[in-house]
Amino acid sequence: MTLNDELRAFVTDSFMFGKPYEGFADDDSFIEHGIIDSTAVMELIAFLENRYRIKLLDQDLIPDNLDSVNGLARFVESRLPPNLTGAYDASRIVLGT
Amino acid sequence: MCGIAGLFNLDGAPVAPVSLRGMIRMLGHRGPDDTGIYSRNGAGLAHARLSIIDLASGHQPMCNEDSSIWITFNGEIFNYLELKEELLARGHTFATRSDTEVILHLYEEKGEECVQYLNGQWAFAIWDNQRRRLFLSRDRLGVRPLFYTQTGKTFLFGSEIKAIFANPVVSREIDLTGLDELFTYWCPIPPTTLFRNVHELPPGHSMTVDAGGIATRPYWDLQFAVSPEVVDPCHEASYSDQLLDLLADATKIRLRSDVPVGAYLSGGLDSTMTTALVKKVTNAKLRTFSISFDSAEFDESTFQNEAVHFLNTEHQDLRCTKNQIAEVFPEVIWHTEKPVLRTAPAPLYLLSRLVRNSGFKVVVTGEGADEMLGGYDIFKEAKIRRFWESQPDSKMRPLLLRRLYPYLQNIQNQPDAYRKAFFHINVDPKLQPFFSHVPRWQLTAKLKTFFSNEVRAQISADDTYCKVRKGLPESYPSWNSFSQSQYLETKYLLPGYILSSQGDRMAMAHSIESRFPFLDHRVVEFASKLPASLKMKVLNEKYLLKRCAKGLIPPSIANRHKQPYRAPEACSFLEPAARAYMDDLLSPEQIRRDGIFDAPAVTMLVNKFRKGAAIGTKDNMGLVGIISTQLLIHHFINHFERRMAPHDA
Repeated sequence: MTLNDELRAFVTDSFMFGKPYEGFADDDSFIEHGIIDSTAVMELIAFLENRYRIKLLDQDLIPDNLDSVNGLARFVESRLPPNLTGAYDASRIVLGT
Repeated sequence: MCGIAGLFNLDGAPVAPVSLRGMIRMLGHRGPDDTGIYSRNGAGLAHARLSIIDLASGHQPMCNEDSSIWITFNGEIFNYLELKEELLARGHTFATRSDTEVILHLYEEKGEECVQYLNGQWAFAIWDNQRRRLFLSRDRLGVRPLFYTQTGKTFLFGSEIKAIFANPVVSREIDLTGLDELFTYWCPIPPTTLFRNVHELPPGHSMTVDAGGIATRPYWDLQFAVSPEVVDPCHEASYSDQLLDLLADATKIRLRSDVPVGAYLSGGLDSTMTTALVKKVTNAKLRTFSISFDSAEFDESTFQNEAVHFLNTEHQDLRCTKNQIAEVFPEVIWHTEKPVLRTAPAPLYLLSRLVRNSGFKVVVTGEGADEMLGGYDIFKEAKIRRFWESQPDSKMRPLLLRRLYPYLQNIQNQPDAYRKAFFHINVDPKLQPFFSHVPRWQLTAKLKTFFSNEVRAQISADDTYCKVRKGLPESYPSWNSFSQSQYLETKYLLPGYILSSQGDRMAMAHSIESRFPFLDHRVVEFASKLPASLKMKVLNEKYLLKRCAKGLIPPSIANRHKQPYRAPEACSFLEPAARAYMDDLLSPEQIRRDGIFDAPAVTMLVNKFRKGAAIGTKDNMGLVGIISTQLLIHHFINHFERRMAPHDA
């Protein structure tokens, strides 16, 4: 499972209850498509911090980082330790659960 | 306050009394003091009475002098004494002291125009035996409910849908249009209800039924004025005096009763004001009632205690727990007869039980002030969004959004960039007439994700808000945006949710009649002519009401930030009392059998709650909406016979 797959699965299950709209793409804006609300942002942040053991600072909390699957993947990649970036394999990496 | 029901065989076939008894028995909670039926000439009326005025001789159905006209009436006509004087002067004779008889004679005098003269809250049916015609009417704002259906040659009506369903000729099916509307606007748009072929007579409407068919017509609607935005301070005082005089009189006539009247006291401006007005016009010791919660997020007991101390009332408080909410929720839905997206009706159900057990039948409450005098946050939110819209690049204007919803931690904690995005200002030009309400309606409509594919395929997705758009008055485009948002709130959410699911149904579940001084039509019409700046001065809500409340209520209550009435939400369903029904109602098998929702999506949502994940507005509304819809199906589609008295089933 790639990082994109994992993030997409989290977003689909947590905010769309397994029912993504037709054509849901990794570049789609969560805000524009009404996928997340104010609480969902907090839930998303908690997931990133817990699963990838990264800390999000106030300046990180911007739509560029958090508003699409691709944006999330880019942001997480940029924060993971160097040995975990690149060909991410969720099953290989022991991070948070 | 009472329950009414009836039927009319258009082909003249006689009405069996047993049918009427079966219908009215379903409304026993609305009128435990007496029942009566009348049938003749193919028509039948039934009545369940809660005796409040003329305890000795107010039995219904009631007829005029020559028994040619009969009425079954739910409600109160507060100006009945004045109307009676006029009718006596015109030669009418009265056999009772009741307000019911006043309607009968007024109908004789004015015909269908009689409703124009009434100040009150009503739903009634008048049978005109000579013309073989039924005339039904509902009050201007929709305080009292009235539903009807036609099946073959039979027309049936009732205060609640359960009375109509008691007649076995009526089929019981969920109406997907009603469901679609509720999961957008929080309520179906009348005449649609949650049940196919069962209709609601809209507020401010009358209808006639005869051999020629059914004709419905409006007799009243809200009309806002285009007012000057700047008000001379001298005129402010005059407006304030006029409002106070009107409110005092509206309260005074709402104390007309042959049983004691109490008051709800939430700790907010509106109910404290109505309580203060009751104290102002009477000298009697007043009993007040309130709800408090363990959670500080919802609790207003500090302000309630201040009001009690200031107004010197004899007070009783109901401490409401999440478990109690879960415990009574199934009964709440039996009474609402439609799904709800908030648990807020449940504490009000408990409160009316407390009031009833305390020996009271009537309470004065503060509903209507937020709609007519500009109290709701949705008005404030729209104002800020408009202000921001005029300079979309402004960095400062969106900062005002921080002042919104100080009681909602989620909103306060979110990053600025997101706050801006969620309160979007780029509304599609076609949706501009609904500018204030589009964010709420769009958020609520997201809940349709949980609908099954079959349901989603059947509900219309085109021409958004078409039905609401068609119902707008001709003058609507000429009103200022504040008045437009007031109209939407007063026309739909007020009768469709506030006065029904939170109001009439929760109070009448325990035979309690609520009376609303702010919904006196004279107050409403006065408020609709006020300049918007007197309702919300900059961002100071209910400005004029606060001004006229000075000296009457504690300053701390007049000056507090408005906190809307809320109750612990879907987390209540994690309490032990919910176990008795949650697993059955939400099991994948039951969800699939009932067909409304998508079973895997519901399971994911329930698991999210059970895991204790962060829960937002949408998830909360989703779970409450799903549980209440499943309960509705349980009560009214799958197991209705269980609720009927044994000899009816």
